Amino acid sequence: MLLIDCPYCGKRPEVEFHCGGEAHIARPESPIEMADADWGSFLYYRTNPKGLHAERWLHGHGCGRWFNALRDTVSDAFVATYEMGKPRPEVSPATAKA
Amino acid sequence: MLELNLARRAPALSPVASEAGVKVATLDAVGRLALRVKAAALAGRASVDGFDLSGAINSRSASGESGGERAALRLGPDEWMLLVPADETDERLEAVTAALTGVAHSLVDVSHRDVTFSVEGRGADAVINAGCPIDVSPSAFPVGSATRTIFGKAEIVLARRAADRFTVTCWRSFAPYVQGFLIEAAKDTL
Ligand SMILES: [Zn+2]
Repeated sequence: MLLIDCPYCGKRPEVEFHCGGEAHIARPESPIEMADADWGSFLYYRTNPKGLHAERWLHGHGCGRWFNALRDTVSDAFVATYEMGKPRPEVSPATAKA
Repeated sequence: MLELNLARRAPALSPVASEAGVKVATLDAVGRLALRVKAAALAGRASVDGFDLSGAINSRSASGESGGERAALRLGPDEWMLLVPADETDERLEAVTAALTGVAHSLVDVSHRDVTFSVEGRGADAVINAGCPIDVSPSAFPVGSATRTIFGKAEIVLARRAADRFTVTCWRSFAPYVQGFLIEAAKDTL
């Protein structure tokens, strides 16, 4: 079973977790002043990369906390996990090939 | 407290404990208080009303002074389940509330929400792993560990009280399912 390294609990089985979509997407400060296209792109457009992807994950059946993870969308390897609010860590593509 | 809240609700559980090598038994009622408080709000306090809050995440800290036993299961960075003897629940609820005056927190009596089973005997770890995917080897989940996790399709709180003794706490509505699953798994240890 895939193990995910929760920043609070350590390595735990995948079934305890739930993915919450792409991380680091800030809600616009004043949506009313935005063009519809910009609002639409905030709501619906995601990067969908082939390779490293920053995602929000919830350890729901564990400590109950949200955190962020860098996951390789090709190999499904979790390269790094980090607390919410922290910046996306720099990871070289070489180490990402786990 | 409202008379309404004192109603006792019991799940339809089998009265039969497992006859296998690993015994599965339903434990007596216990008081359970769900406490949420951030470390910053606690400001370094390691203990509240005799409950030891200093334990690591996913561990159980017990203290026995002044009357009944008090245990604090740390289920997350800012979450504890406090266990007290059933007849002291209201008293402890008021005492913890008083001890946290001026501290932003949430404290809820969830005693009736859950049912606890004990799983005891040689091979108890295999019975737990029949439905729970976490590593319960002594190095990864030593005596004194306690965590929220999954058992089959039910969420549980798992605690290791001794090398061959676990407690499994689940919501009341999941209790017949969890009990049946544990008893079936225990048959493999005959
Ligand atoms: Zn966790």
